[in-house]
Amino acid sequence: MNNTGIELAYLSACALFIVGLKQLGSPASARQGNIIASVGMLIAIVATLLNQSVLNYQMILVAIIIGSLIGTITAQKVAMTEMPQMVGIFNGLGGAASSLIAVGEYWRLLVTGQTINFDAIFIAILGILIGGVTFTGSLLAFAKLQGLVSGSPVTFPLQQPFNLLLVGLFLAGSVYLFFDPASTDVFISLNILSLIFGALFVLPIGGGDMPVVISLLNSFSGLAASAAGFILMNNMLIIAGALVGASGIILTQIMCKAMNRSLLSVLFGAFGGESTVAAGGGDG
Amino acid sequence: MSPELLTGLVVFVLASFVGFEVINKVPPTLHTPLMSGANAISGIAVVGALLIAGTKEWNLTVILGLIAVILAMINVVGGFVVTDRMLQMFKKKEAKSS
Repeated sequence: MNNTGIELAYLSACALFIVGLKQLGSPASARQGNIIASVGMLIAIVATLLNQSVLNYQMILVAIIIGSLIGTITAQKVAMTEMPQMVGIFNGLGGAASSLIAVGEYWRLLVTGQTINFDAIFIAILGILIGGVTFTGSLLAFAKLQGLVSGSPVTFPLQQPFNLLLVGLFLAGSVYLFFDPASTDVFISLNILSLIFGALFVLPIGGGDMPVVISLLNSFSGLAASAAGFILMNNMLIIAGALVGASGIILTQIMCKAMNRSLLSVLFGAFGGESTVAAGGGDG
Repeated sequence: MSPELLTGLVVFVLASFVGFEVINKVPPTLHTPLMSGANAISGIAVVGALLIAGTKEWNLTVILGLIAVILAMINVVGGFVVTDRMLQMFKKKEAKSS
């Protein structure tokens, strides 16, 4: 298929995602909406495989089959009560994928000796940051809901200064990368810091608030996909990512309202003297 | 700023507004399925993963791309199946209560 065909297929996939999301929002059409969105996904994947630059068919098909099998089996096996954490872990894997795309593309630019301009570095940093936070944040949210980690908010002395120090380090590393894009040590450090951020972000939030956090991280994973789209200059990724990013934020707000809480108190309740402490218990 | 990046930003902002507008007045029972469905859509990263995994010769980028394809496919397929299971349950409940 030529490029115009692929772009048109992408366009129809985007339209199907929008219709699907819309229908998922009302009880009568929700199931149909889910199917419409999955058809959109199928179209997007098939169109991408028809791209002339995609040559590595055998390995790609193997990867697709492995991923689909794992996804189907886990999704079929999971108990109904464990759905939220399942969504959380799937979400984390999506974030990880976006992060890997950012790293992979950055690496490709480095080894092929192309000049990496300001734009590319900025987007790559954004991609690994959002993707990394989504990955570890979602994994920890999963662990908290599953009871692998204590569900109560975890705080430790000097937590906020420590967080600020890490943010400072991240910013310094980012600035350094602009001057020396070939510095792989700094690039890897930024990756590791992003992963730590995700964990630190979810750690002080109580188990009872995890569904809201997963919804927020879902929004992040959309933004991570969008960032990957900017890295590869692929409009399909940018659109679908932005759709999920924006609708995820709205949904997070709706969920907070339903719990009669503000998003800020959910995220930072363990720090400030918020009167409404998470249901998980505020003694941590 | 390159023209491509600018076009990308335009697309991003407009798509975000669509995302904002598409979600309104969702009944609480649909919060989790909607989140789950949106989550499956965010697995669209698989398109990016396929593109970087596509080159013929083996290198780090291709390996990272293939891992990303597996992870994103788990996200996509698992996400849609889980959403469908949730909505199925929802339908049964409705039928019982009516």
